[in-house]
Amino acid sequence: MNELRTLTFDAIVVGGGGAGMRAALQLAQSGLNTACVTKVFPTRSHTVSAQGGITCAIASADPDDDWRWHMYDTVKGSDYIGDQDAIEYMCSVGPQAVFELDHMGLPFSRTETGRIYQRPFGGQSKGPDNPTQAARTCAAADRTGHALLHTLYQANLKAGTTFLNEWFAVDLVKNEDGAVVGCIAICIETGETVYIKAKATVLATGGAGRIFASTTNALINTGDGMGMSLRAGVPAQDMEMWQFHPTGIAGAGTLVTEGCRGEGGYLINKDGERFMERYAPNSKDLAGRDVVARSMILEILGGRGCGPNGDYVYLKLDHLGEEVLLSRLPGICELSKTFAHADPVKEPIPVVPTCHYQMGGVATNIGGQALFPDKDGGHTIIDGLFACGEVACVSVHGANRLGGNSLLDLVVFGRAAGIQIEKQMREGYEAKDASEADIQRAMTRLNRLNGSSEGTAVAEVRKELQATMQLYFGVFRDGESMQKGLKLLGEIREKVENLYLDDKSHAFNTARIEALELQNLMEVAEATAIAAEVRKESRGAHARNDFADRDDENWLCHSVFFPADKTVGKRAVNFAPKTVEPFPPKIRTY
Amino acid sequence: MLVSVYRYNPETDDAPYMQDIHIDIPGGKDIMVLDLLHLLKEKDTSLGYRRSCREGVCGSDGMNMNGKNGLACITPLSAVVVDDKLVIRPLPGLPVIRDVVVDMSQFYKQYEKIKPFLINDTPAPTMERLQSPAERAELDGLYECILCACCTTACPSFWWNPDKFIGPSGLLQAYRFLADSRDTATHERLSELDDPFSVFRCHGIMNCVSVCPKGLNPTKAIGKIRNMLLQQAT
Repeated sequence: MNELRTLTFDAIVVGGGGAGMRAALQLAQSGLNTACVTKVFPTRSHTVSAQGGITCAIASADPDDDWRWHMYDTVKGSDYIGDQDAIEYMCSVGPQAVFELDHMGLPFSRTETGRIYQRPFGGQSKGPDNPTQAARTCAAADRTGHALLHTLYQANLKAGTTFLNEWFAVDLVKNEDGAVVGCIAICIETGETVYIKAKATVLATGGAGRIFASTTNALINTGDGMGMSLRAGVPAQDMEMWQFHPTGIAGAGTLVTEGCRGEGGYLINKDGERFMERYAPNSKDLAGRDVVARSMILEILGGRGCGPNGDYVYLKLDHLGEEVLLSRLPGICELSKTFAHADPVKEPIPVVPTCHYQMGGVATNIGGQALFPDKDGGHTIIDGLFACGEVACVSVHGANRLGGNSLLDLVVFGRAAGIQIEKQMREGYEAKDASEADIQRAMTRLNRLNGSSEGTAVAEVRKELQATMQLYFGVFRDGESMQKGLKLLGEIREKVENLYLDDKSHAFNTARIEALELQNLMEVAEATAIAAEVRKESRGAHARNDFADRDDENWLCHSVFFPADKTVGKRAVNFAPKTVEPFPPKIRTY
Repeated sequence: MLVSVYRYNPETDDAPYMQDIHIDIPGGKDIMVLDLLHLLKEKDTSLGYRRSCREGVCGSDGMNMNGKNGLACITPLSAVVVDDKLVIRPLPGLPVIRDVVVDMSQFYKQYEKIKPFLINDTPAPTMERLQSPAERAELDGLYECILCACCTTACPSFWWNPDKFIGPSGLLQAYRFLADSRDTATHERLSELDDPFSVFRCHGIMNCVSVCPKGLNPTKAIGKIRNMLLQQAT
């Protein structure tokens, strides 16, 4: 066996999206020898598609705004399984992290006084006793993610961060102590495989929305970090919690921001009725995303859907007027014309709930350190492994994420992971070198794929996987059909383990990458399906027909999927914020 | 329809060639060029192209379709196919890595050259730096650039001097920071552009404007930089 070339860094960040680049920036500024390993050029990462904004109590729209109100909304939005210490940290540190973005040059929209423009988003209130709609989402028109991602890339250029652009991380390397000491990665351009050695490895690989057939997610959202961590034996938390965004363009799946409803747009059924008034009398179209998505499906199932097949509803915007639409929602006007052939200035946009966001992931603490939950409800810290952003489950989103909280999560916890690593390195953190056998163990999957002489084609199995997840693990779930889905997933796994890579060339071989990505999707899909079947209640995004109510007695907790034996355990939710009284679970209405 | 795709694998091909493929589009639908590429790749997995967001915001899939640069994911067949034929080639003027995947190093280098980040040496306030809506409006039409390179690789001046002429995309970004009321490095930025090549190789051909998938106008931004350079010189 040829020995691999080794590249050595203090810390590596896998993923060049918002979380990864915020972590990389922190590390580069601290003077550590850091590389950001990213399978696409950083500005092609999925953060670029975020539209509406970044929710944070910067007190621009309302000078009396309070991060504690934002915290309350987030806890309630999470259906009470978001960890309150983490939510407290995110909401209180948030303003500083957002102002830093402005100082880096993010072109936020502005108010007349020159402050950052904030718009109303779903699930926002003015505290536990005041359900008045707040306007807390900081926006750069409807291109906030694009503006944020480019700004972070620019800040990294300024800081001199090393980027390994178009490098694909394959699997984690662990030493004899079980500490993570880097990863195997492929330089996509040349096809060279190397061992990237690092004392700290940050997973910032984003979500895996591509496990579903209909998703707002980019084609690259294949859960690579989840796949790597699950194969390394790391348990995954709350994997049954997938957010279906109410407004994906019917057919195409492309996202239409919640900001449309924040600016005054609303959903109508085939009778022209503003149906959210029935489901959420107070917040209406700005109820939690899970609530709106379910209401839309119920309208469609009730025969009140629009279009020839009655399989979507309409998002009406034309009453806002051309001027508002072109200044506040220019990107949406463009997308709608391209993908729905509808000009929002004149006609409504056909929309359906579409898979959007993975609330679960690698359990971490506030410093981004990956945790290994055990079966007794305790946990240990995994040396050398960190996670932040969508791949992580810190958990600030619990069972349902509020709009605008993902971008805040990225910058707050990307930054926090960087700070934590810097601290550990200063304190002299060391890890034993990986042995040749340790490295070869991490090469197993790639070697098998490269040696394949027969098997199934990637595109075919991928479609099968996505269709299965869509059908059996979508907005509404029930035990019987999930059992069916699980059986099918078992058959699909066999094919995924035996993929045939017919093109074994080196230079920019995207067939190899797609095969490796499919294997990652499989890991995520399996964890999702097993956890979903086990959680016998309805909470947040997890809605079961056979267990329609929330069950706080048995399920006010995180689920933990253990990859070693494919079982599911429980882990306590944190109800101990440091500076405020905890918010106790209440019935969740909007 | 007939698709003619530029193919080149450095490991097996001595030279690039055009591969002609006849394909029926399922249901005769007006799909995007990227969807067409997916169909081709299902049949021949060795076909290489970049893609990510599939909605025109990430800038991965810039390519040349029937002679015009654009993003494959937001270009419907109906907009480019002529006589039932589509020729797909890599963006012109950059080295080809494989098939329609080009080496964008030169393009990124020109972007980095203009210091594409905010410079402000005054101490940052504890909140945001204030900016009026009118000042912020100066950035509209500039910050939206997705670095897809459609404009720069459509520019004959860049083809001629890729190492010395910044190119439309880089210059659009140069002006994005010159125009930002929060940036204090105007003089320094202009001085670094003040040579015969960086800006002045633009001959107003305006290919950049006609191909920009985001509807931006680099030529106009370049004109503004010229004016600023002239003003600084007097």
